[in-house]
Amino acid sequence: MRIHADIGKCQGYGNCVAIDAKHFDLDDDGMVVVIDDAVAPDELDTTEEAVRSCPVSAIWTQAAGGPADE
Amino acid sequence: MSERVVLVGSSVAGVRTAQDLRSGGFDGEIVMLGAERELPYDKPPLSKQVLVGTMSEDDIGLLGAGGWDGLGVDGRLGQRATALDVDERLVAVEGGDDVEYDALVIATGVRPRTLPGGLGDHQSVFTVRELRDGRELSRALAHGGPLMVVGAGFIGAEVASSARSLGVEVTMAEALAAPFDRVLGTEVGRHLTELHRSHGVDVLTEASVAAIEPTRDGAVVRFADGRSREAATVVVGIGTIPNTEWLVSSGIPLEDGVLVDEGCAVQAAEGVYAVGDVARRWDPATDVYRRVEHWTSAVEQAHAVAQQIIHPLAPAEAAKAPYFWSDQFGTKIQMVGRPGDADRVDLHTFEVKGVDRTVALYSSAGAFAAGVTFGWPRGIAACRAAWASRPPVADVERTLHTLSSGMAPVA
Ligand SMILES: Cc1cc2nc3c(=O)[nH]c(=O)nc-3n(C[C@H](O)[C@H](O)[C@H](O)COP(=O)(O)OP(=O)(O)OC[C@H]3O[C@@H](n4cnc5c(N)ncnc54)[C@H](O)[C@@H]3O)c2cc1C
Ligand code: SF4
Repeated sequence: MRIHADIGKCQGYGNCVAIDAKHFDLDDDGMVVVIDDAVAPDELDTTEEAVRSCPVSAIWTQAAGGPADE
Repeated sequence: MSERVVLVGSSVAGVRTAQDLRSGGFDGEIVMLGAERELPYDKPPLSKQVLVGTMSEDDIGLLGAGGWDGLGVDGRLGQRATALDVDERLVAVEGGDDVEYDALVIATGVRPRTLPGGLGDHQSVFTVRELRDGRELSRALAHGGPLMVVGAGFIGAEVASSARSLGVEVTMAEALAAPFDRVLGTEVGRHLTELHRSHGVDVLTEASVAAIEPTRDGAVVRFADGRSREAATVVVGIGTIPNTEWLVSSGIPLEDGVLVDEGCAVQAAEGVYAVGDVARRWDPATDVYRRVEHWTSAVEQAHAVAQQIIHPLAPAEAAKAPYFWSDQFGTKIQMVGRPGDADRVDLHTFEVKGVDRTVALYSSAGAFAAGVTFGWPRGIAACRAAWASRPPVADVERTLHTLSSGMAPVA
């Protein structure tokens, strides 16, 4: 799975970072930074929880090679 | 596993419970009762983006593209639960059929407290909780001001900020001497008050409303000490009341909310849970029941309850750090922990990329109790990561220094 982020939507609420700091960080302006967009199978539960925690649906996962994964 | 889960309340706590049940593999029936006729929507934008027009009603929908069917939920809107019988496992419903449950999730939230004595029963006086409030308030603000916000709480403060950005003249009246004192403490409350004043909000203190008199184009708000102000629109934000009246006859324990255990289960009734703003959850670390009105807590509790319904024997998920955000005048105000537990607060300024960011660090006997950041999401992320272990507050300050000066990781 790969992580995607829509920086334009991110509000810097930081819920994703609080749950999954291995994949998400914030920059100094409070925008989400995907540190590593590859999610190993054993990490998926945590990453999905982070995705669900985002109040503005700015992040999501998608199977590698999917349409949004050019 | 339960066969029919009934969710009462069709807002974020209820909808998230349904979504988490489905994504966790629950394949029984899910019925959701909602007193409002609106499709489920999210509330935080109502005082922010929806008021200023940067988000539409469609943008705040909670169900997702597939709607009820996509979720596999029997959504019954305009149906209000009026009573609960825990022996018969039955919910009495007004506007629809009574419904039996195997598991029941109470997610009826809170409603705004109103001014005593019917003072606010007037068409230019609003509270902000439901979509229709947001809709009507947007319409009222489009006609211009002045706006009077009664009560210096977060929702009123956000309405003030949104109104200012629309060019509306705003007065905010707080009954106490120090605005925002109840949540943030005096010093930090003062800092936030200054933010409001610097954006042109006229902040009145020790101003308790004695009368609101209708006029041809609005109202005159009169205060107990003789001051008065004219306003086209009045917004009252003076706290909330949990929606638990329908539960009184059920005998489940109620006290400023539904009392639930660490896992959000009602101890006295089999298969009954409460989540979100209405739930007062037991905190094992401090042996205190706490009710919080934070979006993130509602989502966490929904997840914990869905997991318990699916895996009744697994240990319940523990509560995470209490976390809240607010957006005012383009500044993100973010809070972690419980400022009320602290015996001391210190305001710090960290320079990040040439911009000063204010951080309030609260401590109790030297241990980190809470943090509030102004315009520094990365700073609050570090405070959130630190909170669980309650380190010495000096350590948190040091971490923030490192963070402000370079590229240290947040957690
Ligand atoms: C204007 C506003 C701004 C906010 N901003 C923020 C923010 O910036 N950050 C943050 O963390 N939190 C914020 N919050 C708080 C956050 O929105 C709440 O924590 C969250 O909505 C709680 O969700 P809930 O589902 O528990 O309750 P609610 O959202 O209150 O929903 C309860 C639902 O139950 C329904 N209901 C009530 N009684 C019955 C009944 N008897 N039968 C059937 N249905 C019933 C109600 O109609 C309602 O739809 C804000 C809230 C408001 C109102
Ligand atoms: S949770 Fe969402 S809004 Fe918050 S920082 Fe992460 S991506 Fe941005």
